[in-house]
Amino acid sequence: MKSPPFEYARAASIDEACALLAQHGDAAKLLAGGQSLVPMMAMRLLRPAWLVDINEIAALKDIAVDERGARTAACARQVDIERDTALAARVPLLGRALAWVGHVQTRNRGTVGGSLAHADPSAELPLVAQLLGAKMRLRSARGTRSVEADAFFGGPMTTTLAPDECLEVIEWPAWPERRLGCAFVETAARHGDFAMASAAAQIGLDADGRCTRVALGLGGVGMTPLAFPALTARLVGSRPTPADLDDLARDAAAQTEPNDDLHASSEYRRHLARVLAARALRAALEDAEREK
Amino acid sequence: MSEALYPITVEVNGVQRTAQVPARLSLVDWLRDELRLTGTHVGCEHGVCGACSILLDGEAVRACLMYAVQADAHRVTTVEGLAAPDGGLSVLQDSFCEAHGLQCGYCTSGMLVAAQALLDANPRPSDDEIRAAIGGNLCRCTGYQQIVEAIRLAAERLQEKRA
Ligand code: FES
Ligand code: FES
Repeated sequence: MKSPPFEYARAASIDEACALLAQHGDAAKLLAGGQSLVPMMAMRLLRPAWLVDINEIAALKDIAVDERGARTAACARQVDIERDTALAARVPLLGRALAWVGHVQTRNRGTVGGSLAHADPSAELPLVAQLLGAKMRLRSARGTRSVEADAFFGGPMTTTLAPDECLEVIEWPAWPERRLGCAFVETAARHGDFAMASAAAQIGLDADGRCTRVALGLGGVGMTPLAFPALTARLVGSRPTPADLDDLARDAAAQTEPNDDLHASSEYRRHLARVLAARALRAALEDAEREK
Repeated sequence: MSEALYPITVEVNGVQRTAQVPARLSLVDWLRDELRLTGTHVGCEHGVCGACSILLDGEAVRACLMYAVQADAHRVTTVEGLAAPDGGLSVLQDSFCEAHGLQCGYCTSGMLVAAQALLDANPRPSDDEIRAAIGGNLCRCTGYQQIVEAIRLAAERLQEKRA
C-alpha cells in the first residue's frame, strides 16, 4: 500500500502547471487534494512518472459569488465551499451535496475540481455539476476552453480533459427564482462512503406555486451522473401533486442502467434511484414552498 | 535507480524539522518512521479508517493521503502534540480514560485528533456534531458510544475550566 516512485513538482502558478503538463504529457498527473488520487496510487492503479502538485497555487483557491452564480477555482477545498455563506445563498444545492461527501478529514483536503476531474459516477459534486449544467474552464499551454458538464463527463473516471489540460474554474449557475428549493439524498453503507445511489433535485416556483423550473439528477446508476431535462420539463407550469413527483421519479429511474457489483445489484440500485428521486423531489418542493 | 530526494521543512508539534524525502514517502510514514512519532497510527493506508489523522495547519486530515513533501512549509500537530504543557494527559485525553473511550487503542490517536479539531472549532458540540466529527474514524472495539461520551465529557470539563 505504498505509492510507486514518481517525480514531484510543486507548481507555483497555473501557467507553470500547464507548462509541466505540456512537457510530460501522459506521464504526468495533477495532484489536487489527493483524496482519490493517492489511494489509487497506493493501490497501484496508477503509476504516473510525475505528479504536479497544484495545492500551493493561490489563484486556484478563489471562490467568487454574484447573482449569476458561484465561480469556484478548481483547488478550492470542499470545506471552504461548505463554509461559504454567500455561496450557500446562491447555489444551495452545493452545500446540501457536500454534507454527503466523505468525512471531515477528507473534505478539509479534498477539492471541488479534484472531485469533478476524478469523475466517479457515484460522487456528489459531479452530480450537482450535471444537474445545474455547470461550466468548466479548462486551461492548457495551448489556450483556454469552456465545456458544459454534460460534455465534460465522458464515462466512469473519464472526462474530456486532455493530458495537457488543467481544470481551472467551475461556474455553478444560480437560478433567479426567489422561491427556490433543493435537496440531495443518497444511500451508502456508512454516511460519507461511496453512494450506492444518490438523487438531487432543484425546483423553482412562481408566486402561485407553479413550477418555473425543475431539475432532477441521479448518481451511481450510470456511466456518468445523469440529468433528466426532457422528463422534468413536463412539470413546468404546473402545481405538482405527490403523485406527479412519484411518476417523474419512476420514469427517470426506468431510464437508468445501473451496474451490478459487490455492494448492490443493478435491480436494487434502480429501486434506490426511484425511491431517492421521489424523496429528493418532494423535499425540494417543500423547501421551495417554505419561501413565501 | 536511486530515487530523487526533496528537501522539506515542516513545523511538527511546534518544532521545525528538516529532512530530505523521496516524493512517494507518505506523511504518516515520515512522522512515524523518520521522526519516531509513533503515536499516529496507520491502518488502511488508503484513506478509509482515519487512524492516521493529524492536524495540518490546525485542520484534521489523513496523513496517509498526503506525501511528506507536500507538508513542506506547513504546520503539523500529531497526537503527541495534544498533551498538556507539562507532558501529562490533556483534558481530552484524560476524558477518554475516564469514560472508557478506548480498548485496544489502535484508533485512539485518530479519534483524539478528530475530537480536538472539533472542540477547537466548536466548544459546545451536540451529540450529532460529535458523531459527524468522528464519522471518518473506524473503531473495532468500543462500539463508539464511550468515545462520544468521552468527547462530551471533555467538552463539559473544558467549559468548566474556562468559566
Ligand atoms: S491509515 Fe490513513 S485513513 Fe487509514
Ligand atoms: S479502541 Fe480498538 S479500535 Fe478503537
